[in-house]
Amino acid sequence: MAIEVRVPTVLRKHTGGERKVTGSGATLRELVDDLETRNAGLRGALVGDDGSLHRFINVYVNDEDVRYLGGINTPLDDGDSVSILPAVAGG
Amino acid sequence: MTRARIQGQLDLDQATYDALVAHARSDFPYEVCGLLAGDGGRVVKHYEIPNAARSMTFYTMEPKALLHAMNEMDDAGWDLLAIYHSHTHTEAFPSATDVELAFYPDAVYLVVSLQDADAPVIRGFDIVDGTIVERVVYVDGLQAPVGSR
Repeated sequence: MAIEVRVPTVLRKHTGGERKVTGSGATLRELVDDLETRNAGLRGALVGDDGSLHRFINVYVNDEDVRYLGGINTPLDDGDSVSILPAVAGG
Repeated sequence: MTRARIQGQLDLDQATYDALVAHARSDFPYEVCGLLAGDGGRVVKHYEIPNAARSMTFYTMEPKALLHAMNEMDDAGWDLLAIYHSHTHTEAFPSATDVELAFYPDAVYLVVSLQDADAPVIRGFDIVDGTIVERVVYVDGLQAPVGSR
């Protein structure tokens, strides 16, 4: 099952400079685990020790923010497109 | 006025500078935010991104608008030249929160201050690993005012 993942510039150090990578998984968590096997360090940039997504990382499935889907447990289908972006925030 | 080490510059054109000030004023007293896309150091597009926090002291870019802007830049081969937000009651210098949440080391962080409503100030900074380095902002080749406070 192939899912395309769009990687932001700041995380391309984990993907050998690639802006798009592909992976597989029935949920976002499985996809992240699969990506980690070929892109070491990517999981740590997305997921905390408690297994949930970092607060200031935006992950989207087909343009929808996964906060409004199922977070790290969001189900994925073949052909889905995932995007990752660090939040832009401040005070 | 709070200062940091100064290194480098950021070039803006007058229309972009004016648009940033106008955007900051448009939702006063709430903070506004947005992005500047660049090509070879020149601004090629200005994105106003909604502040999902709609706060006087915090901003967080609305995730979907942020994604669409970033994807457009990436597809066009543009750089994320600058990230800007307004300070409606404080000076144009990054707050502790701004430093803590600076996840884009390659972008210049612009702060538009309306502390003096009649004399807006825009200053630019690199924020890398918690360290602030100021860039001199030029508008059509002339140094932008940095204000008195």
